[in-house]
Amino acid sequence: MPKAPAGTLYRGREGMWSWVAHRITGVLIFFFLFAHVLDTALVRVSPSSYDTVIATYKNPIVNLMEVGLVAAVLFHALNGIRIVLIDFWASGPRFQRQMLYTEIVLWVILVVPGTYYMLKHTVESLFGSAS
Amino acid sequence: MATTIDGAAAPAIEAPRSPQRRPVRTKARTNFELYAWLFMRVSGILLVFLVLGHLFIMNILDGGVQRIGFGFVAGRWASPFWRTWDLLMLVLAELHGSNGLRTVINDYAERPQTRFWLKMLLYVSAFLVISLGSLVIFTFDPNIS
Repeated sequence: MPKAPAGTLYRGREGMWSWVAHRITGVLIFFFLFAHVLDTALVRVSPSSYDTVIATYKNPIVNLMEVGLVAAVLFHALNGIRIVLIDFWASGPRFQRQMLYTEIVLWVILVVPGTYYMLKHTVESLFGSAS
Repeated sequence: MATTIDGAAAPAIEAPRSPQRRPVRTKARTNFELYAWLFMRVSGILLVFLVLGHLFIMNILDGGVQRIGFGFVAGRWASPFWRTWDLLMLVLAELHGSNGLRTVINDYAERPQTRFWLKMLLYVSAFLVISLGSLVIFTFDPNIS
């Protein structure tokens, strides 16, 4: 008899895909946190070593990755609130799908202006300021 | 004693209504998983405010990441409020993330050895991250050169 696949079998649709996205964003954020505590620890070494590493964050490509990070954290946060509501609100499981769509709308509403402000400086320095 | 035609002993048949046999429990029964589950919800709600506030201040407000440097950190950590904020965020985020990764390891790592060592690596790294982060927050010196 073939061996059952590892991991968790699930039922597809919104419930499964939000779970997959929650897991992927969670692992991503965990590894970033590891790197981020190490880079911040350089304030205990010297101002110049800290500033050198922080300069990496101001690089255009890394800046773009920061937008990805903020988008991932925002999804994980909103989806986490949805999970708490599913677990603790009596009608939560019944509205889990509607809550996911509400969450996606909120996510877009917050990510669009966030991206604008996060990339403003990079875009202006790369392509020149219009003003 | 009842024997079958070929001479072997007949399989024992349990008496009707005898208690159902349950698998032997190998580990002590605790509510650890319940508390881990609850911790994820409670820390998660706190982290929504702590982390989104942190990201908003650091990446979006007032020029975002471009204005961050040693002087900026020194200015913020002059206030006990932001030190407390960052310490709480550090500890909660690392524990929340570690518990999340523990779940991921339990789900996907199949060999007992692999599960054990991946989790050991995880716990050691979580301990180091919390220790290093707290040390930096508690011993920060704005006049270091």
